[in-house]
Amino acid sequence: MSNAEEGVFFLTGKDFTNAGAASSSLKDVLERRGIPRDIIRRMAIAAFEAEMNVIIYAVAGMMKYRVTDREISITVQDMGQGIPDIELAMTEGYSTATDQIREMGFGSGMGLPNIKKSTDNLTINTVIGEGTTLEFFIRIRDGITTEQA
Amino acid sequence: MNLSEILDTLNASILTGKVTLQKSVENAYCADLMSDVLSFSITKSILVTGLTNAQVIRTAEMAAIEVIVFTQGKRPDSQTIKLAEEKQIPLLVTDLSMFEACGKLYERGLRSRLHRHNQTPTKRCQANSH
Repeated sequence: MSNAEEGVFFLTGKDFTNAGAASSSLKDVLERRGIPRDIIRRMAIAAFEAEMNVIIYAVAGMMKYRVTDREISITVQDMGQGIPDIELAMTEGYSTATDQIREMGFGSGMGLPNIKKSTDNLTINTVIGEGTTLEFFIRIRDGITTEQA
Repeated sequence: MNLSEILDTLNASILTGKVTLQKSVENAYCADLMSDVLSFSITKSILVTGLTNAQVIRTAEMAAIEVIVFTQGKRPDSQTIKLAEEKQIPLLVTDLSMFEACGKLYERGLRSRLHRHNQTPTKRCQANSH
């Protein structure tokens, strides 16, 4: 693919001070490439939710991105507890978060549903006791910017 | 509604320095749950919240929210204010309750015009559990 760009950010579980820094850097990359603002917003939201999931639930993880002229794809892989019931985790409002997480404004059970809603495709692979890998992408060329920016 | 009108309406003060005051908003959203904020696109908006941590700033950054107002006199710590300054997001604080703050902004014509995120029609979700 022409004009492709790749990178990786490393995420540390419970590091709430830097939570969001990876998604912020990704947003900078997308802005520098001149990608339409509504697509940047959708991808930033999906990346941020995925990043928060790693910070909240996992020991560590990484976020890999690949941007081409046609699409932005993200893989977020963590060393965590895995998701026992994906269908349940995809249900809006279902959450296993602690009160401490909820006090920070997260853990309302909208994370995975938000990622699915914001992206064109979401794939979840999870192994109990080992970790979870999310892969999602947004197409740039087709179906863009019907929303007012 | 521009920033000085908001400050006036909410009898609010500004916590951030070094940020542009040339901002105006047409929409408002009120939540303490950041994932609720992230579930919509709401452009040219002000976020009214009682939550004062750094995740609020990150959420505003990702959702492209223009201004944040904290209610009931709640103030974030200096690191959070610094992050907002870096991201050019003005932070305001008002002594009003959330209800009063939202009511006054509504009176002045702000609404929550929410847009569900657009997706390409062929969207799929696959889930594999081993």
